[in-house]
Amino acid sequence: MLKQIEGSHGVAEAVALCRPEVICAYPITPQTHIVEDLGALVKSGKIENCEYINVESEFAALSVGIGSSAAGARTYTATASQGMLFMAEAVYNASGLGLPIVMTVGNRSIGAPINIWNDQSDSMSMRDAGWIQLFVEDNQQAVDMHIQAFKIAEALSLPVMVCMDGFILTHAIEGIDVPDQKQVDKFLPPFVPRQVLDPEDPVSIGAMVGPEAFTEVRYIAHKKQKEALDLIPQINEDFKQIFGRDSGGLISTTNTEDADTVVVTLGSVIGTIEEAIDEQDEKIGALTIRSFRPFPLEQIRSALKDAKRVVVFEKCFAVGIGGIVANNVRMAMSGTNIPVYEVIAGLGGRPITRKSLHKLFKDAVKDNLEDVTFMDLNKDVVDRELEREHKLIQAGSVAENILRDGGVVNAAKTT
Amino acid sequence: MQLKPLKRRKAMAHQQVKFYQTGTLTVGNRLLDAENRTVQGTMDRSNSLDSGHRACQGCGEALGARYAIDTAMRATDNKLIACNATGCLEVFTTPYPETSWTIPWIHSLFGNAAAIGTGVAAAMKVKGREDVRVIAQGGDGGTTDIGFGCLSGMFERNDDVLYICYDNQGYMNTGVQRSSATPGGARTATTMPVGPEPGADFDKGKNVPLIAMAHEIPYVATASIDRLHDLEAKVKKAMSIRGARYIQIFVPCPLGWGSAPAQTVNLARLAVESGIYPLFEGENGEITSTTKIRRKVPVEDYLKPQRRFAHVLKNPAQLSAVQEIADRNIRKFGLLEE
Repeated sequence: MLKQIEGSHGVAEAVALCRPEVICAYPITPQTHIVEDLGALVKSGKIENCEYINVESEFAALSVGIGSSAAGARTYTATASQGMLFMAEAVYNASGLGLPIVMTVGNRSIGAPINIWNDQSDSMSMRDAGWIQLFVEDNQQAVDMHIQAFKIAEALSLPVMVCMDGFILTHAIEGIDVPDQKQVDKFLPPFVPRQVLDPEDPVSIGAMVGPEAFTEVRYIAHKKQKEALDLIPQINEDFKQIFGRDSGGLISTTNTEDADTVVVTLGSVIGTIEEAIDEQDEKIGALTIRSFRPFPLEQIRSALKDAKRVVVFEKCFAVGIGGIVANNVRMAMSGTNIPVYEVIAGLGGRPITRKSLHKLFKDAVKDNLEDVTFMDLNKDVVDRELEREHKLIQAGSVAENILRDGGVVNAAKTT
Repeated sequence: MQLKPLKRRKAMAHQQVKFYQTGTLTVGNRLLDAENRTVQGTMDRSNSLDSGHRACQGCGEALGARYAIDTAMRATDNKLIACNATGCLEVFTTPYPETSWTIPWIHSLFGNAAAIGTGVAAAMKVKGREDVRVIAQGGDGGTTDIGFGCLSGMFERNDDVLYICYDNQGYMNTGVQRSSATPGGARTATTMPVGPEPGADFDKGKNVPLIAMAHEIPYVATASIDRLHDLEAKVKKAMSIRGARYIQIFVPCPLGWGSAPAQTVNLARLAVESGIYPLFEGENGEITSTTKIRRKVPVEDYLKPQRRFAHVLKNPAQLSAVQEIADRNIRKFGLLEE
């Protein structure tokens, strides 16, 4: 049934349809609405047989989830930004123990400087933590991917993050087709844990592993992620059979076959980019990565094989080297002579404008791009601050100086 | 003609432990009727923490865990799940691919045992298996320091978990560093006996049993491995109650304290009998019982067998500071019969 609802509410309804047994809730913007809505659904009895636990931190949120999942309960939580970092130790632990927890990440930047707006630094900080990471384009996909996420997680006994852009998706109201319970029950069978804490059959979970076996254990984690490359499209097909909707599997492409220039991205920005492509005359294709972990090297390589250039457009970067997604795409393209440009945009919620995208496309088709471009970077402000730092030992806070230079705060202190 | 008992005894490493035939300090069940016998003294105890583990000789924590978990197993008709913090107990019981645990057991992280317990208890509730009970356990580092946030959260939510802290007063697994349970004066690798104020500072540290009581949880107790009956009774009582419960067990550590392995039980007793380690129970925020001292001993008796306090014994100011702590405990908890 098509409903006009907030993305977060849609996700809450989707999670509810998956019959979660334990939900751990801790507030952090911008995922908070999801756990709020789930709280009301549990308290009102609309989700039956479910423990909703208000925990004291994100570290506890995922830790409680590790306990409940290891005891055989279908477990859900959500986080973002600083919360993701605060639970980092448990993030690695959940995957290391092979627990099929599903967690929404309402993608948001990481401080300092503290910033509540959208980029994808938080999910990226945990890209190597052993979780499957699925990035969604819109709220319909957010709903659909959560239902698929439980199935993927439980099939592989691995945790799954569903990454959705904070505010842009979590707080956006749009038409969403929320499936009915019968459909979801048909698609998602009850959780049968691979290992479980049970007094009738006692096991020790989480024992110490030394150098003699650690490599093998880690290698199997890698192999299981690789298996997900087959499983994710397969589950997408199963989903299509029942719900009639395609969530795209590992990657989605638009006009990649006959375009010389292909923009690669992940998350909701593909909507903006496709619209900007349509508005101008250059022939540009687009590829969006749904599964960032496992990373679909073959599929990306095959989709980009006829391109003359690839522009990776991403809302995150690795300080000291450059684009994170771009580096992964380069690995997919290794051995080809196709140049991969990286464009870093939308950090800390900076708007990605039509004007800037049109200019970017024009430059791209002429190979007039540097290896790394920071879109809409205010060079004057940067130069001024760098000069100040070179001149003065006690130059003060970078963030505050830049705000002052930009006229955002009162220029009481002049240097 | 008189012998020279001191020297000879030392050379033969005789234990200075009095064995009681009956009462709280008894070691055997011989003279007790069936219902007053210890779980530990029965043939059908569960051996939850089985032999073959890698604990040091004289490990107080291994004893404490064995006593507590066997008792909890008896109290729950063997329906128990244990959630372990990282630390000695975790490391010495589960060297891959072996395990000493004969019960369902999980280790996740250093600082989240209480939260893991919450999660397991939640799962048991939704699955209609509330007959299965949950214990979370760790050392004092994993409890009073790094695990404190999760512990306090579990308390305030009154989650149905018994948390047991095996208190050996320091980070022993990592090589004897100071924790917030390390007593004043004690030598650790991070509070060395050097400078004008040797050893751990006297004005630092926290009393987690009292903090637990401030959460007004249904049951809090301190226990010591020197008195099996008392320890077992406290665990049994804890398992008869639903909600968040906390037991802190005093477990001497020969390696970390510089004491002879044979002195472990004796040291636990001297800590209680000197007033250094008050034993009490609290229910819903109120102290409901205290264990009286039988024969009060000066703190020197407790400090002497431990190398970590060697410098304290030579330092009158520090020695009187330790005695003051014991005396304050005696006053505060009413540890002496009037």
